[in-house]
Amino acid sequence: MMSFISYFINGLSLGSVYAIIALGYTMVYGIAKMLNFAHGDVIMIGGYVVFTVVSTMGLGPVAGILLAVILCTVLGVVIEGVAYRPLRMASPLAVLITAIGVSYLLQNIALLVFGSNPKSFTSVVTVPALKLADGKLTISGETIVTIISCVVIMIGLTTFIKKTRAGQAMLAVSEDKGAAQLMGINVDGTIALTFAIGSALAAIAGALLCSAYPTLTPYTGSMPGIKAFVAAVFGGIGSIPGALIGGLLLGVIENLSKAYISSQLSDAIVFAVLIVVLLVKPTGILGKKINEKV
Amino acid sequence: MEKSTAKKFHIDKTFKTNLITYSIVIAAFIIVQILISAGQVSSLMKGLLVPLCIYSIMAISLNLTVGILGELSLGHAGFMCMGAFASSIFSISMMDSIPSAGVRFFFAILVGAAAAAAAGIVVGIPVLRLRGDYLAIVTLAFGEIIKNVVNVLYLGKDSNGFHFSMKNAMALKMEKSGTIILNGAQGITGTPKNSTFAIGVILTLITLFIVLNLINSRSGRAIMSVRDNRIAAESIGINITKYKLMAFTISASLAGVAGVLYSHNLSSLTATQKNFGYNQSIMILVFVVLGGIGNIRGSMIAAVILTLLPELLRGLNAYRMLIYAIILIVMMIFNWSPKLIDFRKRYFHLNRAKKERV
Amino acid sequence: MKKSMKKLLSLGLAIAMAASLTACGSGKASEGTTAAGTETKGETQTTAAGGAATGEGTIKIGGIGPISGSTAIYGQAVKNGAELAVNEINANGGINGAKIEFNFQDDENDTEKSVNAYNTLKDWGMQLLVGTVTSAPCIAVGAESSNDNMFQLTPSGSAVDCTKFENQFRVCFSDPNQGAASAQYIGENKLATKVAVIYDSSDVYSSGIHDKFISEAANQGIEIASDEAFTADNNTNFSVQLQKAQDSGAELVFLPIYYSQAALILAQAKQMGYAPAFFGCDGLDGLLTVENFDTKLAENVMLLTPFAADAKDDLTQKFVTSFKEKYNETPNQFAADAYDAVYAVKAAAEKAGVTADMDASAICDKLKTAMTEISINGLTGENMKWSADGEPDKAPKAVKIVNGVYTAM
Repeated sequence: MMSFISYFINGLSLGSVYAIIALGYTMVYGIAKMLNFAHGDVIMIGGYVVFTVVSTMGLGPVAGILLAVILCTVLGVVIEGVAYRPLRMASPLAVLITAIGVSYLLQNIALLVFGSNPKSFTSVVTVPALKLADGKLTISGETIVTIISCVVIMIGLTTFIKKTRAGQAMLAVSEDKGAAQLMGINVDGTIALTFAIGSALAAIAGALLCSAYPTLTPYTGSMPGIKAFVAAVFGGIGSIPGALIGGLLLGVIENLSKAYISSQLSDAIVFAVLIVVLLVKPTGILGKKINEKV
Repeated sequence: MEKSTAKKFHIDKTFKTNLITYSIVIAAFIIVQILISAGQVSSLMKGLLVPLCIYSIMAISLNLTVGILGELSLGHAGFMCMGAFASSIFSISMMDSIPSAGVRFFFAILVGAAAAAAAGIVVGIPVLRLRGDYLAIVTLAFGEIIKNVVNVLYLGKDSNGFHFSMKNAMALKMEKSGTIILNGAQGITGTPKNSTFAIGVILTLITLFIVLNLINSRSGRAIMSVRDNRIAAESIGINITKYKLMAFTISASLAGVAGVLYSHNLSSLTATQKNFGYNQSIMILVFVVLGGIGNIRGSMIAAVILTLLPELLRGLNAYRMLIYAIILIVMMIFNWSPKLIDFRKRYFHLNRAKKERV
Repeated sequence: MKKSMKKLLSLGLAIAMAASLTACGSGKASEGTTAAGTETKGETQTTAAGGAATGEGTIKIGGIGPISGSTAIYGQAVKNGAELAVNEINANGGINGAKIEFNFQDDENDTEKSVNAYNTLKDWGMQLLVGTVTSAPCIAVGAESSNDNMFQLTPSGSAVDCTKFENQFRVCFSDPNQGAASAQYIGENKLATKVAVIYDSSDVYSSGIHDKFISEAANQGIEIASDEAFTADNNTNFSVQLQKAQDSGAELVFLPIYYSQAALILAQAKQMGYAPAFFGCDGLDGLLTVENFDTKLAENVMLLTPFAADAKDDLTQKFVTSFKEKYNETPNQFAADAYDAVYAVKAAAEKAGVTADMDASAICDKLKTAMTEISINGLTGENMKWSADGEPDKAPKAVKIVNGVYTAM
């Protein structure tokens, strides 16, 4: 029983990281109607920035995270402006492949700058581990911080969208771009803002991901990126609570199937669950039904 | 009256285009053969000839899914994986039963194509019910599942017949004299090297023949009508599921054929992220996109160039993928940006653009 | 409109293809006559210093391994180790008076790329091959090299099939050999009776050692308390595997994996407050060179490796000093294997009387016999001998990490 709780909590921790990454995917999808395949690699860049600031330059973790957030935000806006904006009206397939191109570009820039050898990441978390039930159950500081940050971000984001003008503009753009423009909303600006927020979240996710699983290579972001993408689809892409539910479920399923079914097949099981969910609900758990226009 | 001549002209034109496509392949084959007999081809190039055919077939078959069927598949390497492993297992276990390499390889190709087609049907039935991005992510998921499962399969053969396990090699409980054919992640070793350039070219031509004929057939037009307007196609009585599944399965089985060539070209076969993972699927997609979505000949040529390029630029290895990435982004923007399309319309090919609009 | 663009595009691509084909063709014409043409193409070439000093010609040795991608550290180490040996041999008069020319090609740890690299080297005029570094590519290249009758000595290809053909030899131990040796070492030294195993099931090397370890453990009275795998796609989160090891009450965790995942496992074990003994094979070598790795985590980790950089014998010390001087890092076991490989080739070539004007096949026939007759004192073993099936005969050394350095046990 104790070990089950432990697997479950570790799954939640993993799921929280997925959820934060999935938020970036889902926001961009909801508003720009595109899959930003490069999101996972923005995470990796965030990780490298924190690594450089903390381990190479010797500054504190707070400075590292701040700088990573700033740089990733800029990076996100630049990527959107240069690579995606020219394709705003083009087919979604064209944008998807451009995003794959951006993903390769970021990976290879990192490969050239930082090399292929893995770097050991110093945790940015200083919270001590929690020992429960006479030390039989240990919850690491990273787990606690990850879960808390995930919840805080989720609440913050929901409030932002509900209460602020910019948030309302996002909702409007996601509903109908043309109508939003007619109502005087700056569509390009709103989309850029979405990318900025998504990338800032990616930087935070990068710091948390690398703290919990302390290794850093140019490919660090790609697998969590794919998984988070799966999580976003799982929960219903475009839906913010969906990303949270999808991410957490994915993390827990992955960890429990590793523990109780097969550690080799856990990825296959996660993907199989995704397929089953999509067959039952073709737009994910909380996804909206798409009405077809003739 | 006028209508019928226009139609005739159209058919002639496609026929001509297809003929050019076939002749490119045949001409390439003849040129290479002449160069080989003249001793002008390096070992590196000789070694690359079969991979070039493999990736051409992959690009053509993916173009059938992406360009003609209009669905994005991110798991195409999974079908290649199926074909590769099924045919390797067949070849190794039939080594004694069918002594003739040619006959055995012929059946291996059929086995590989059939295995991949079966996977195509199994994957296609659920997947093709979905739309757009959801479909793409599910094909990615299936591709990863295939790769993942292949890595935990163990298969051995001894005097009692075949033994199968998903745990480890010891669980096969084989006799001492038995041989392990498929050893989990260690894969298959000792597949006979049957792939040759001539066979590769023949298979490429067959692939082209199948795909080009499909496109110009009644079924092909039905498939494209599904791509262009699903609801309209449905309303005129086209069985959408049937045609979608048909295109998807053919595409999968052709990828399986590429897999057979792949596994019979190297003596050691393992399923890794690099050769059968989503990275490979995306690489193939790059061929298709660079060559032109829906343009069969273009994707074939793109596959050849992008496979050759990194080998010819071995010294630039570190920059290879960087260059790829930049080319990909620039090409996509150049080809698809509405503004650039307008710009090109205005300044280039003015007359032709007008003609086509009519 | 679109069609015309596509036509234009495919025409452009076709021209590019034709150009590249002719480029290949002309490249070939100059091949064989002089190596100067290929010099620009090759990534790394250590040409004999001082040029043709003796007039005996040069022996061209090729090397293949990953120097980019996630396994780059192994290829890089082998490349450096071999280069060091080549330079030393050339400075001391070469092989039978002939200088060595060494050309190392990248294969990204991919079978297909590896065969391409092999063919590139053949075009360059390679007479014998020291490679490849990793197992799966080694098996693929082996099929080609046996077909060409090209002598192949792999420094570190450890899978059984890496020495399948009679032209293939290796310097390192085979995977089953390492698995059995690890089980025997743990059993004989009574390090633990309950052992947990965490291995990479998607990796040839790791699963090869694992399978043999499990079967040998029974003979050594070792109980396998937990046996958990991970895959290359899921190799950052080890909480479940570690938790299972902890719950099973294992005293020792056996890690037949590469160092980059091992570094993660050690860090995560510490996060969850789990501190068993850790035992690994030569893949763990390199652990201490991970950038920013807290070497305290690796304290008391034991590994079975034939080479320890701080061994006190003259040969090792000399090697380590010159390696550090040249490449500014501590050599690992892969570098040592490569260094030994080049010296083994030298010894065998001298025994067989190989000269620079022989072709690859003639050299291979001579070396095949000579390899089984030589005995060399190398970095990775004393009195190393080879059997005709390509396996080396040497004893493994167990080392323990104490205060951030390897210490012989």
